[in-house]
Amino acid sequence: MTGMTAEVMTPKEVETAKEAAIAPKFVTKGVDVYYAEKQALTNVSLDIETNQVTSLIGPSGCGKSTYLRCLNRMNDTIDICRVMGDILLDGADIYSREMDVVHLRARVGMVFQKPNPFPKSIYENVCYGPKIHGIAKNKAELDDIVHTSLQKAGLWNEVKDRMHEPGTGLSGGQQQRLCIARAVAVQPDVILMDEPCSALDPIATAKIEELIDELRVNYTIVIVTHSMQQAARVSQRTGFFHLGELVEVGETEQIFTNPKDERTQGYITGRFG
Amino acid sequence: MNSHPTPSAGAIDAKEAGRRASEAIAASLKGRYAAEKRFRAYGIAAIVFAMLCLATLFVTIIGTGLPAFTQTMIRLEVTLYPQDIDPDGNRDPAVLSRANYRKLIQQSVLDLFPEVTSRRDKRALMALISPGATFDLRREVMDDPSIIGQRVSLLVHASDDADQLEKGHIDADLPESERRLNDKQIGWFERLKERGLVVTRFNTTLFTNGDSRSPELAGIRGALMGSLFTMLVTLALSFPLAVGAALYLEEFAPKNKWTQLIEVNINNLAAVPSIVFGLLGLAVFLNFFGMPRSAPLVGGLVLTLMTLPTIIIASRAALKSVPPSIREAALGVGASKVQTVFHHVLPLALPGMLTGTIIGMAQALGETAPLLMIGMIAFIVDIPGGPLDPATVMPVQIYLWSDLPERAFVERASAAIMVLLGFLVIMNALAVLLRKRFEKKW
Repeated sequence: MTGMTAEVMTPKEVETAKEAAIAPKFVTKGVDVYYAEKQALTNVSLDIETNQVTSLIGPSGCGKSTYLRCLNRMNDTIDICRVMGDILLDGADIYSREMDVVHLRARVGMVFQKPNPFPKSIYENVCYGPKIHGIAKNKAELDDIVHTSLQKAGLWNEVKDRMHEPGTGLSGGQQQRLCIARAVAVQPDVILMDEPCSALDPIATAKIEELIDELRVNYTIVIVTHSMQQAARVSQRTGFFHLGELVEVGETEQIFTNPKDERTQGYITGRFG
Repeated sequence: MNSHPTPSAGAIDAKEAGRRASEAIAASLKGRYAAEKRFRAYGIAAIVFAMLCLATLFVTIIGTGLPAFTQTMIRLEVTLYPQDIDPDGNRDPAVLSRANYRKLIQQSVLDLFPEVTSRRDKRALMALISPGATFDLRREVMDDPSIIGQRVSLLVHASDDADQLEKGHIDADLPESERRLNDKQIGWFERLKERGLVVTRFNTTLFTNGDSRSPELAGIRGALMGSLFTMLVTLALSFPLAVGAALYLEEFAPKNKWTQLIEVNINNLAAVPSIVFGLLGLAVFLNFFGMPRSAPLVGGLVLTLMTLPTIIIASRAALKSVPPSIREAALGVGASKVQTVFHHVLPLALPGMLTGTIIGMAQALGETAPLLMIGMIAFIVDIPGGPLDPATVMPVQIYLWSDLPERAFVERASAAIMVLLGFLVIMNALAVLLRKRFEKKW
């Protein structure tokens, strides 16, 4: 924005400012991903709305996880993976030279399919991100971040008395919430979740889903899931992937009640997938 | 699925097939259990055989080497005549060190056996006493010149032949010409024993002396220190180099044909005969760089080259075994590549790396061939004080001693093997301890 105050803002600028406030967090246009010669994603264009939960569904191998991992450039770690197309975070191209990948990953946190806490204490798990980024100035601030992050992840009451026990000693559901706390502690804008409940029992799953709904207030969330019920329960928008293409995207309710595409209909009614 | 109410032909067939399958399984069970039993028996047989071999090895080594831990000493009363040691009486150290102590020792022995008069018998009698007695006496006098003129009691080493006689390794029933001691010598030694002048005690000389031409004076201290300095150099160089190389190749290097070539070469280097590294050391370190011959520093460099591939391969395997989810977790919260590796991957891989290092070091500790090429096979009496002094190492010392004709040297070789094995056991125990400690932290 060029205008610093409302007085010098032209009506057009006010309009763009308004748009910016409700602009999608991520704008992706024509994303193609190749693993060596094999094309995994074809021409995916999808906007991720701010402070909403977007779920990505589709059969195994349809490219939804690949797409998710493009959003924080996790695909960079795979040597043979090439990403093409535009992926804009708040209007900035994350694959451009100016975008620092470390900074990007601090803004776009990630929770993985299998709970993967560091083999360290619960405290160290949560404080690791803030520590390396220098977010906390002193021990008291760090303690505070750990406290609020664990509270946001709904884990505080369960672990407050054993902060220095290893994080790997928790149950699966607790471990996954610890991973969410770890992601939240860096204070990101976006949290990406790659099938976060696939390794958990229904009770732990319900807790995580509840948590996702609470986190939506402060964070933009993208979740990949195999469970259509989960997508219907937690998300506002849903995208359906099939064979590396984004078949359909829209309001979750619309996708599940009135899909426009035959393939979407086929998938959600259980005819394939 | 057939939904017809009465069982169709296909369903009956299926039933029949199921019954036949069940029979076949029952018939094959016996054979399968027998195979399992056979396999277990093979396994137990293999273990028993291995244990027997090991037991034989230990019994042989300990049986041969144990006597080397005791040493026969002879108590002599030596009169320190001032006119022989210090005729001028001004206690000048130069004069004291040059005095003829051998004559004094000889006199004290002859006093015990007045009947020995011929030159030949005198020499035969003196062969029961180690030449080290002369040096012992000189050291006593140099340490405290005030004892000159007195009659002192001195415990001196028996010669290796007398020592073997005392330990029962010389068979008096053999013809005299086939023994290392003749009848007269055996008689003299028996008389010394009768007078209570023969004492057997723990062989401290073995641990305090360097090599010697007289077995009773030879010790492993020199070789031990040589091994210690060599190992220190090897460890200090190979561990950081190998871990660095493994980290780069596994975590940072692009996977292309160059890194593949390097990988293949490292694997090949691990299989290169060790003597080749010795030749390389001779050509490069000694001839090109002009480093000192026989020095533990060069030995350490050569052994570093030899152990590097072993440690690199073990370290890479350890890095590979760290689950990728840990790397993803760290990268996911925005850790940089270096932070990911040093905060998370390396600590998890370290136990495996340490194991590899200990295996490499144990290999290096037992290595002889490459050290021969750089001159660490020399006869070195002085105990090395640093990595630049000429030295030999334990396995070379064992090789040198086991090659000598005296039984006492062969005994000492076995004793040295026991000490070397002891060190290997300690090293391995240390590795296990370190690993446990690191693992506990996580």
